[in-house]
Order: sequence, then structure tokens, then C-alpha cells
Amino acid sequence: MAAKTIISRPIYGTLSPQPGKHHLFIADAEGALAITDMAGKAPPGFFDGAEIDFIPGPEGKHIAALEALKPAQLHLSPSFASLLPRLKQTLTNAHMGLRLYLAGTEGLIGQAMQVALEAGMDHTSMQTEHRGSLARRMQCVHCKGITENVTTQPALCSHCGLLLLVRDHYSRRLAAFQGVCINAEDRSEIPPMEETFP
Amino acid sequence: MSTGTTKLDVVVSDVVPVNELVTRFHFRRRDGELLPTFSGGAHVVVEMRDGDRTRLNPYSLMGSPLDTREYTISVRRDDVGRGGSLFMHRQVKPGLEMVISYPVNLFSLDLRAKKHLMLAGGIGITPFMAQTSQLAGAGGNFELHYTCRTASLGTYADVLQQRYGNRVHLYHDDREERIDLDRLLSSQPLGTHLYVCGPAGMINWVRDRAAALGWPPETVHFEHFAAPQPGAPFDVTLAISDTTIRVGEQQSLLEAIEAAGVDPPYLCRGGVCGQCETNVISHDGKFIHNDHWLSEEDHRSGCKIMPCVSRFEGKSLVLER
Repeated sequence: MAAKTIISRPIYGTLSPQPGKHHLFIADAEGALAITDMAGKAPPGFFDGAEIDFIPGPEGKHIAALEALKPAQLHLSPSFASLLPRLKQTLTNAHMGLRLYLAGTEGLIGQAMQVALEAGMDHTSMQTEHRGSLARRMQCVHCKGITENVTTQPALCSHCGLLLLVRDHYSRRLAAFQGVCINAEDRSEIPPMEETFP
Repeated sequence: MSTGTTKLDVVVSDVVPVNELVTRFHFRRRDGELLPTFSGGAHVVVEMRDGDRTRLNPYSLMGSPLDTREYTISVRRDDVGRGGSLFMHRQVKPGLEMVISYPVNLFSLDLRAKKHLMLAGGIGITPFMAQTSQLAGAGGNFELHYTCRTASLGTYADVLQQRYGNRVHLYHDDREERIDLDRLLSSQPLGTHLYVCGPAGMINWVRDRAAALGWPPETVHFEHFAAPQPGAPFDVTLAISDTTIRVGEQQSLLEAIEAAGVDPPYLCRGGVCGQCETNVISHDGKFIHNDHWLSEEDHRSGCKIMPCVSRFEGKSLVLER
């Protein structure tokens, strides 16, 4: 569970069924369990108007549990990049009343939220629940390159190779935590790298 | 002290009857300077000095925010109200020097919206006059649905249709024309914000349907100035000021507190903004809550009151003022 350290550090809640007829779920891996847990509190027929876009990940678990909810649509994607065109299309054609539920890793929640913000949704009107890995999506503030699935502190920028301190400072616009060079004064100083975001 | 309500010395520059119930008033600064900038949806509190009595009523600014040479308000005559609108209609003439507050906006546009859907009922059209001017000047995407009793009481309907054509939709009660609200709300593109101003019943209906149809609360904006209702006189003890006052039949509790020389904060004087929220120390009797600010829980608790619009009936009431 994420702790509030600085104001930009996102805090996630627990999915709860919202009023309305159209519900869009975006989830990865263990995020599926947030949806099945919420289903217990949902009114009858709730999933008749629901679309679930799910990224099962390498282990490929939880698909049957989502199928059992009998959503109007269930789409499986191998990655967020492959899900993106479909998500954009859905949001472009959507009307007010569509409710968005994001569940799983921070990277997934952040990137889906970024697309929804561009489509005109307010971040406070989206339901979010963090499940699974604490891995972070990080932007190097020096070269601006984004490194996915950062689990260590410090972390190497996969673009420019600088050793970066992964900050709690988060950008909703970029859907990424900020990484700042940890040894700018003396590059030979290499702090130990620890698995901080497993 | 009236938070944020610095005063403006103005002169009435024009008085224009609009229809059988509504009159428009124009104000300019007495020193000839420009008035402060405002945004669509803002209101001013107009001080009405009527003999030894001063009324303070909020009115939405309806002119274009792009033109601050003058402010304009439209006042609907209320023959059974507490007399503010009658004072404006009968006693305010061009050349009269008046005092108004700086503009305050409790009903502003959310300019992040992809589209602005506006629903007006009756005199609730006035904030939309300013908002549509503001949006039209910036190429904003809006649609206005305006319900009025009859065509002759459709204040500014002609002006709006002339300006904005088919972006304005009119509904006349006497012709049995009704907004198909569920259909309207269900067919708006994602990123639309909803604005509603009109009678309390209309606002409640629109908010209820929007919520049921899945509109997040952050996208639904509303404004309803509750006029203070007259009622039986009652006595109030102001604990901090160590004084007991009587609230007259035609007086609001806030006005009675002010008349006793105590200066509580206020902005809207219509039960909306929350500025004058006052703690109740003790009471023996029943509250008549008329505000839109406190939660139902607060209303039930008997611990808080909005003195601008709410009253009390009973033996004793002690306030933290």
C-alpha cells in the first residue's frame, strides 16, 4: 500500500461500484482480484454494461475468474501498448456516464489514467486500486526517457545510463515517477542498489 | 467582516424593463474607472438602503466578462418576498448612487471541460448570459437548454437565440414542452461538464438524474441562491459578543447579527458558499435549515446553522458569535 509522502505521490483506493450503466475496467495481473472482490458488492446486472480490458501478464492467471463475471465484453491484451488503441477508441466514442475502474500495478493505473485525462475525465472521478507489483514507471529528468518496471533504488536509466534516485514525485501528465541523478557531483560514487519496489 | 467582499462605489447608469417581471440594472463606477474583472457565473451583493433598513441581496452578473465598463444584473420581481426585488424595481432609478461588493464566483466554468452543457430555469438564465459570452469569445463548446413559463417570460431567450442560434434550446411550460433529460444526459460526449441554475426543484431533479446516470459529482455544477424566508420572530444569544438579539419576521438571522454590530463573514448570503457557517452552543427548539451548504448530518446534529437563510423556532438558541 502506497504511503502519502509528498502531495504528488498517488494514493489508490478500493474499487467500489458506481452509479450508471456503462463501466470500463482496465486491469493487469492481480488487478483482476480487485475486480472480483468488488463484484461481490455490485448490484445484480452490473456487469451487463461492463467492458473489462485485461493484461494477464506472463503467468496468465485470473482469466477464468473474470469470465465468470459475465461482462458484456472481455478483451485480453499482451501489453498496455497493445491495449492502447482500443482504449483510445472506446473513450473517443464514450458518453458521459461511463465510469472507469483501474486496478493492478502503478504503471498500468497511471498510463490508463493518462489516456482518460486526455479524453476529458477527471482523475478524481476514476476508481483505482493498487494490486501486485510495486514496480514504478520512471522518467529520467535529464534525458526524458521513460524506463518501465523499475524495482530498484537507485535505478539505471535505460536510455542515457545515468544512475537515478527514484523519487516519490509523480507526474500525472507523464504517468511516471521522476528519476534524478544520484551521483551528479562524483560519478565514481556508486551507492548500493536495493530492491525497493518488488 | 465580509470576507473578500471589498465594496465598490457605483452609480446606476441605466434601468431597462425586460418583461413584465424582470428589470435589468446597469452599474458603472462613480470614479469612471473600469470595474474589476470577473468570470462567467460570478455574482455581486447589492446593498439596498431602504430607509433605516439595509438589505444585501446577491445577483449574478450577466454582462460579458470581456467588458468591465459596466456590470449588469437582472432582477425578477418577487411580490411575496422580503422586499429586496420590489425595492430594486420601485426605487432604483438611473443616477442613484449604490454600493455593491466585488464580484465573487461560486459557479465558475470548469475550463478543462471538452463541452459545457447548461440547463437554465426561469431567472436562472442570468449567470449563463455571462458564461456563454465568455465561452463564445474563446471559441468554447457549449449548449444551452432553457426552460421558461411562457415565451413572454423567456427572459433574454430572443437575445440568446440571435447570438448562438441552434446552440440554444427553448422549452415553454405553457406549450407542454419538456426537456428529455435522461436522453440529453446520456448522449453527451465524455469530458462534458453540466451546469444548472434555476428553481430548487429543477436543480434537485437534474442532480439526481445526473448522479443516477453515472455523471461524477465533480462534473455537475449548480447554483441556487435561497432567498432568506420570513418567519416567526425568535431570540438568539450571541455568546462571544455577550448579547441577546431578536430576529424580526422579515429579517434574516445574519441581518439581525449584523444589526447588533457583530460582523460575521459572508459571501453569497444565499446558503451556498459556507462563509457564515456558525456553531451552535446550545438550543431548545427546532431549526429551519434552508441552506445548500451543510450536509444532512450537520442539519440533524443541531450543531451548526447558516444564518444567512436559516431560522429557528423554540425557547432558546445560543450561537458561537
